[in-house]
Amino acid sequence: MTAYLIRRVGMLLVTMVLVSLLTFVAFSLVSGDPARTMLGTEATEAQVQTLRQEMGLDRPFPVRYARWLGGFFSGDLGTSYSYRQPVWDLIGGKLELSMWLCLMSFGLIALISIPLGVFSYRFTGGFADWPRTVLNQLCMAVPPFFTGILVSWGFGIVLRVFTPGDFPGLRNDPAGAVRHLFFGAVCLAIPRVAMTVRMLRATIISEMNKAYVRTAISRGNDRRAVLNRHVLKNSLVTTVTFLGQTLAELVGAGIVVEQVLGIPGLGRFLVTSISHRDYPVVQAIVVILAFWVVLAGTAADLINQAIDPRLRRTAGGGA
Amino acid sequence: MRSRRNSYLIAGLVITGIMLLVTVIGIFWTPCSPTAMKYGRFQPPSMAHLFGTDNFGRDIFSRVLKGTGTTFAIALSTVSIGAVVGTLVGAVTGYFGGVVDEVLMRLNDALTAFPSFLLALLIVSLVGPGKEYSVVIALGLVFIPSFARVMRTEFASLRARNYVTLARLMGAGSGRILFVHLLPNTVRVLLPAFTIGFNNAVLAEASMSFLGIGVTPPDASLGYMLSEAQSMLKAGPWYAVCTGLTIVLLVFGVGLIGEGLQRREVE
Amino acid sequence: MKKRILALSLALLMATALFAGCGSQPAAAPSATPGSEAATEPAVLENPRASANEISIGIAQDFDSLDPDYMTAAGTKEVLFNVYEGLVKPNSEGEIVPAVASEIVKSDDGLSYAFTLREGVKFHNGDPVEMQDLLYSVERRWRGEDTAAQLSALSVIDHISADGNVLTITLSEPSNEFLAAVMNAYIIPDGYTQLETAPIGTGPYRFVSRAVQDSLVLERFDDYWGNKPSIQRVTFKILESADGLVLGLQSGALDLVAHLSSDQTVQLDKNDFRIEEGSMNLVQALYLNNAEKPFDDVRVRQALCYAIDKQAVIDLAFDGYGIPLGTSMFPSFSKYYDESLTDYYTQDIEKAKALLAEAGYPDGFEMTITVPSNYTPHVNTATVLVELLREIGVKATVQPVDWGTWLDEVYGQRKFQSTVTGLTSDNMTARKLLERFGSDVGNNFTNYSDTEYDETLAKALRATDDAEQVELYRALERNLTENAANVYLQDMADLVAVREGLEGLTFYPLYVLDVSALRWA
Repeated sequence: MTAYLIRRVGMLLVTMVLVSLLTFVAFSLVSGDPARTMLGTEATEAQVQTLRQEMGLDRPFPVRYARWLGGFFSGDLGTSYSYRQPVWDLIGGKLELSMWLCLMSFGLIALISIPLGVFSYRFTGGFADWPRTVLNQLCMAVPPFFTGILVSWGFGIVLRVFTPGDFPGLRNDPAGAVRHLFFGAVCLAIPRVAMTVRMLRATIISEMNKAYVRTAISRGNDRRAVLNRHVLKNSLVTTVTFLGQTLAELVGAGIVVEQVLGIPGLGRFLVTSISHRDYPVVQAIVVILAFWVVLAGTAADLINQAIDPRLRRTAGGGA
Repeated sequence: MRSRRNSYLIAGLVITGIMLLVTVIGIFWTPCSPTAMKYGRFQPPSMAHLFGTDNFGRDIFSRVLKGTGTTFAIALSTVSIGAVVGTLVGAVTGYFGGVVDEVLMRLNDALTAFPSFLLALLIVSLVGPGKEYSVVIALGLVFIPSFARVMRTEFASLRARNYVTLARLMGAGSGRILFVHLLPNTVRVLLPAFTIGFNNAVLAEASMSFLGIGVTPPDASLGYMLSEAQSMLKAGPWYAVCTGLTIVLLVFGVGLIGEGLQRREVE
Repeated sequence: MKKRILALSLALLMATALFAGCGSQPAAAPSATPGSEAATEPAVLENPRASANEISIGIAQDFDSLDPDYMTAAGTKEVLFNVYEGLVKPNSEGEIVPAVASEIVKSDDGLSYAFTLREGVKFHNGDPVEMQDLLYSVERRWRGEDTAAQLSALSVIDHISADGNVLTITLSEPSNEFLAAVMNAYIIPDGYTQLETAPIGTGPYRFVSRAVQDSLVLERFDDYWGNKPSIQRVTFKILESADGLVLGLQSGALDLVAHLSSDQTVQLDKNDFRIEEGSMNLVQALYLNNAEKPFDDVRVRQALCYAIDKQAVIDLAFDGYGIPLGTSMFPSFSKYYDESLTDYYTQDIEKAKALLAEAGYPDGFEMTITVPSNYTPHVNTATVLVELLREIGVKATVQPVDWGTWLDEVYGQRKFQSTVTGLTSDNMTARKLLERFGSDVGNNFTNYSDTEYDETLAKALRATDDAEQVELYRALERNLTENAANVYLQDMADLVAVREGLEGLTFYPLYVLDVSALRWA
């Protein structure tokens, strides 16, 4: 177990360093000069050059990266170019919002799709099959930002339940903030609930076709009891892996939804920071997102090992 | 039972076929000029303008016809890049394993954990914005990791099969085994993955256009139109609704094909 | 069978429960938000902020640095105009009037300016403004350690000296623009370094708090030396989506929003809001890269000018709001503005085609219009231009890029064919609008190059006689028009939605929002 954890943490670090390196490479290749962006259209070329020097942008790439990495490991994420404030002060509150959005949406997905998936298996085939499949496919076909647009029109403009774009502070108006986030969470959840239900149903079907289930049933065990006692437990592993992946994907998908509904979270900050070439901010957010992605995968793995101890050996031995 | 299963495939093919047909018609003929700004601003849907008009007084139906074509073309080429390169990477890593596998897979992990639009922005910036193919290449690269992962698993499991061992004993080279013996067998995984990839590509292109960070095709795609429509919800809600529903229909059709393919496989 | 129907209805029930979930949520919550409370009651006049003498102003983009040295966004300067002041400041007439200095005496040779420190001016932290603060504030923008913060327009300063309460600035050569430049050297406390997080100035409003990408709060500064403002507290609320601003106004969360589009204003109720129309004071044009084929040929540029009907652009993309322009100058600079140039090119498709044929493009050509995607008005303008250019056989495509890319590739490296943007002058001098087209000037991103223009420009910048300078500026404007340096379009309209009951909105020939003039009736 300890060996496994060490390996996991190692992978986490490797991924994060790789991601940060990728971001760094990306920004040294992408056109756009942070000094120029900071100073705007009225600055002279000389001023831009001076600022570049002050910001250390004239140094060679490896030096800049090493410096950033050093800062990162000592807990310093640097200073934002455009806001001239420590990056951490800027993103702390936004991280919180994005986490809430992500977790709310995840909660909805888990709570709705697991019962619905089992339910959906029980009624496979026949009359209910095609409307269910069509509904399922339809939900998967709706892009979250389209739902977001519809929601901001319906609930925002027509019903005025919330003001898209005007996010109430999490502290001053928790109820309003939660309501706003909830709409975002629903938009994110709809296609993913459909996907999870579909996946769960398929897993149960394939599990039910396995030899041990057939034997159990042929020995006279009640079909439902077998389903509840064995099949569900075994399908859970796949489900947890899938949900872990979903949790990881939600962060990325949230970026667009934050943009549509005007939730001032990490995603929206990332988009503005990219267009302002505010590297330290972008760098920090990208690494946080990567951390989240890897963390979600690790969490899923750990839960699975708790469910099915057999997995420990394989995981420990290197997948 | 059998006929029911296939009916998803048929329904999907019919919907996608209609969309394709409409797209092809859109290339040669549209009811109004899609760019002419002379039909009156924000006219609600009517017989003359099925989907109404936009803020410049353009006929939205004609624009949707053109836009569907752009979206179709981008999604199809994007997912093709992802599938071809992803299959190659998956084949190499899954079949040979070892250090190459470990390195490529770590890189794959990092790419997956890396925000896809940042990657796309990078590539567009390198290729040079404003070229038709820059968006396609950018999005195509984004789709490689998912294909690579699926195909790696598939090749790894096929490798252990008897017929592969037999082929190897008969002196077949790795290249021959990979592409003559194994590749045809992966089609059953590849096809559904392709349909899912297509749908993700449509949605990804739309999201990128929506975020407005330069990953935008020169001709208006459905996604770009939807992002325009967002700021006009109050004045012309039909713009967002009609464009959005077209995207949904496009994705839905291909999704049904995927469903049909997978079910045929299960049987 | 029965089971299946039951299953289906259960599924439906769950689905409705999900949506009922969103539906019922609001019923419990409205009392919590003042915004939604106002939304449910149509009586907007009973604005709680009016009685508390507060206002809430919506702005479309976040502030960049609050440190005056690093503020580059026009939207930031617009707001912090209320917080910082220089020795002199602009008024709504476009004149430069005394501010922290109570009196300005210019020597006869135009080489030295004596500023008398106004008595009783206090900083927002309560400290009185002293001579060393003035010295510090001006010097750092002139030749401070932080070179990036230097104002290039202050480079004409030769030396600064202080004597009692008089600050004397001596120039190395006479300059008509010096006062306008020194206006931007805001007075801050000597050695103060917390400007970024806790700005301190001498203006009518003092900084209270700021939340990045959310809001900025200012409060009336009661020790202000000038006229006491009426409004007690101002909240600038950042709403980056176009709908957010309109919805904020409709729901009662906002009282005033400037720089709206006509599409946004039509959505507002006429009984609640009044729309005031000013101008943005910028030159919006299709800027052409004069060094790039085919725009290196004057005939091609002229053909584009003949092809484009400015009024059509204004009608289609701006619903008719905007003042057509024919050169790089806008009407607010009435002294320099030559109105006759607006109609120098009137739409003439045949003439345009003939010019193209003469230049060797009888069948037109393909071109790209690169636009910053975050500026919807410019993107919309480009879209209309594509349509208008089609008539003369020019096939244009709009290429939206993000702001960082635009600044670097178009503005910095000049790697572009054409772009739509608005150029402005941030310090009330017409000079900036014309100086940038000199062939050797660093920010001449259009690569315009004309020897006659360069000579006239040099003369104009040297001129000390005002009438002579005006004549030369006008000659420069004419030169730009005749050579069709760019396709000049318009000075965009600035539409401001003001809640009924709020008075005193004053337009400046600068991009500023003067809160001190506002008051509730």
